[in-house]
Amino acid sequence: MQNHDAERSQRLTMIDGAMALIFVLLIVQVWLLSATLDAFLAGHRDAALPGAVVSGLLFLGCVVLYRFVIRPER
Amino acid sequence: MKTDSAEKKPLWREEFSICKADEKYVSRRQLTKFLTLTSLGMFAGNIWILAKSWMYKQPAYPVKAVAKIAEIPVGGVKLFQYPGPEDQCILVRTAEDAYVAYSQKCTHLSCAVFYSKESNRIECPCHEGYFSIKDGSVLQGPPTRPLPMVVLERRGPELIAIRMKQEPEG
Repeated sequence: MQNHDAERSQRLTMIDGAMALIFVLLIVQVWLLSATLDAFLAGHRDAALPGAVVSGLLFLGCVVLYRFVIRPER
Repeated sequence: MKTDSAEKKPLWREEFSICKADEKYVSRRQLTKFLTLTSLGMFAGNIWILAKSWMYKQPAYPVKAVAKIAEIPVGGVKLFQYPGPEDQCILVRTAEDAYVAYSQKCTHLSCAVFYSKESNRIECPCHEGYFSIKDGSVLQGPPTRPLPMVVLERRGPELIAIRMKQEPEG
């Protein structure tokens, strides 16, 4: 029973870490979106493609972390 | 046979058998799901910008006579509309054979800019934004973008506007 509690506590810590990481990725994504929009409105349309690619990678990172969080306990 | 811990539990606890740790677990999952969906929203926003930039077409500018050379003295100014009838522009004769024209809308908050002959620059009276007369770049003040330039061509006694240029050359 104690062993199970310790495992659960360890897993909760890992989930907290994953959530913190998702939060950081999200902040970067918000900044990226505002920077890309600003550049687009200023007439610099070249920034749109790298902005979308990086945003996609960040979203992919979020999905991987989300899958880790929802993974059932063993 | 009941255990000691089961006997100590109050009645409401038995009826509403909610495990606090499990509840926390579920709420974390839900929050993570929400954050991931927000991330998807940000990605969709970037895709929208990309689609808009791919669909953007350079506007076709009309070729239009905007002034006669004889009517503007050196250091003189003429206002005209280009490319549309509501797009006010300013033409300045900076030397005997040098002309520049810009959109009259300040890139900060769209106030009408004017040419200051004394300081040889274009000024915005609203927030003291100053632009270079040479290329429309920002010299001072809150504007961050240069004035859009009107490309001119001299054809005999007339000055012809050919197109707009968003960024100064160089």
